[in-house]
Amino acid sequence: MKDVREALMVGRNTEGKLVRRPLSPHLQVYKPQLSSATSIFHRGTGVALGAGTLLLTAWLVSAAAGDAAFSIVQALLASWIGLLVLMGFTLALFYHFCNGMRHLFWDSGRGFELEAMHRNGRMVIAGAVVLTVVFWFVGFLVW
Amino acid sequence: MAEFTLPANSKVGVGKTYKAPAGAKRVKEFKVYRWNPDDGKNPVTDTYEIDLDTCGPMVLDAIIKIKNEIDASLTFRRSCREGICGSCAMNIDGTNTLACLKPIDEVKGAVAISPLPHMPVVKDLIPDLSQAYAQYRSIEPWLQSDTPPPPDGERLQSKEERAELDGLWECILCFCCSTSCPSYWWNGDRYLGPAVLMAAYRWIADSRDERTGQRLDSLEDPFKLYRCHTIMNCTQTCPKGLNPAKAIGKVKQLMLERQG
Repeated sequence: MKDVREALMVGRNTEGKLVRRPLSPHLQVYKPQLSSATSIFHRGTGVALGAGTLLLTAWLVSAAAGDAAFSIVQALLASWIGLLVLMGFTLALFYHFCNGMRHLFWDSGRGFELEAMHRNGRMVIAGAVVLTVVFWFVGFLVW
Repeated sequence: MAEFTLPANSKVGVGKTYKAPAGAKRVKEFKVYRWNPDDGKNPVTDTYEIDLDTCGPMVLDAIIKIKNEIDASLTFRRSCREGICGSCAMNIDGTNTLACLKPIDEVKGAVAISPLPHMPVVKDLIPDLSQAYAQYRSIEPWLQSDTPPPPDGERLQSKEERAELDGLWECILCFCCSTSCPSYWWNGDRYLGPAVLMAAYRWIADSRDERTGQRLDSLEDPFKLYRCHTIMNCTQTCPKGLNPAKAIGKVKQLMLERQG
């Protein structure tokens, strides 16, 4: 579908000739805000969770496929690079989980005040980091 | 579709630099977006050095000084110079605000000034707001009621009913919020944006208005309303301290409630 705003990108100069107007800078000038950062992280982690779930599925499928397949996938995931990916996956999971609760809170009509928004935004980031650290601490303890 | 980079004709080049007069003590740089429809060139950023000792305290004072004393071709909207007309809305130091309400000394380093983001530029700091105004028109921002007003007076509200409108009626339609919203940047052709949605809620919340159902019907749309993802740049940037995100949240709640 064509963007209806396209029509407004054409203006006239002083002589009345049609000229193409520029689009004013947006991402190029707008300073990242806690508000927009937590939002784009939410979308980014959502996409990452999709990829992570594929990884989880591969692990389960390989287990069903037999010892040989499982030992390859297991070795891959247990390598330092695999662990790093898994840590990213869990961080994305906890962030998406915490910020998802923030969204539920908003949907109930609460937490919209600027101060509350900043407070719960920082809580979400801190919560995601703490949960990830605790998760891996316990994980390595029982491994 | 979201395009994260500027089109080729919109990329901003480096412009002229206007030095401060000799002997100026408190020099501040103002980097101002310029585009002239008559010269056939891309936009540029001009740099003006201003002596703050001979300038008023607000960013609007500085750009008026530039226009009066340095470069009369600088083009911008301004009227009331006290935050009630909404004309001088622009992007200052990376966020949208009213130039008349923004103290220069709140900005560290050079003061970067550009038009409201992701809008067609008419000239310099003037964006074309036709789309936003058309969207405002589309929500029918006036009282609609089948019940005639009492013959002997106005339609009355209780204090509580009137209080529902506080934080909504104060909006001056400067569109700082809508043009701070990434969702409005990418989908502003169909998404109404925070300013217009808050205006819609202002009439939904009005006890005297009898078109609540129809108003909600017209907003029940994946784009008009639901492109709001509660990013909250709108509330963050509102120069009047209003909360469009909260108003949109209330509209979404009403949508749910009437589904039973």
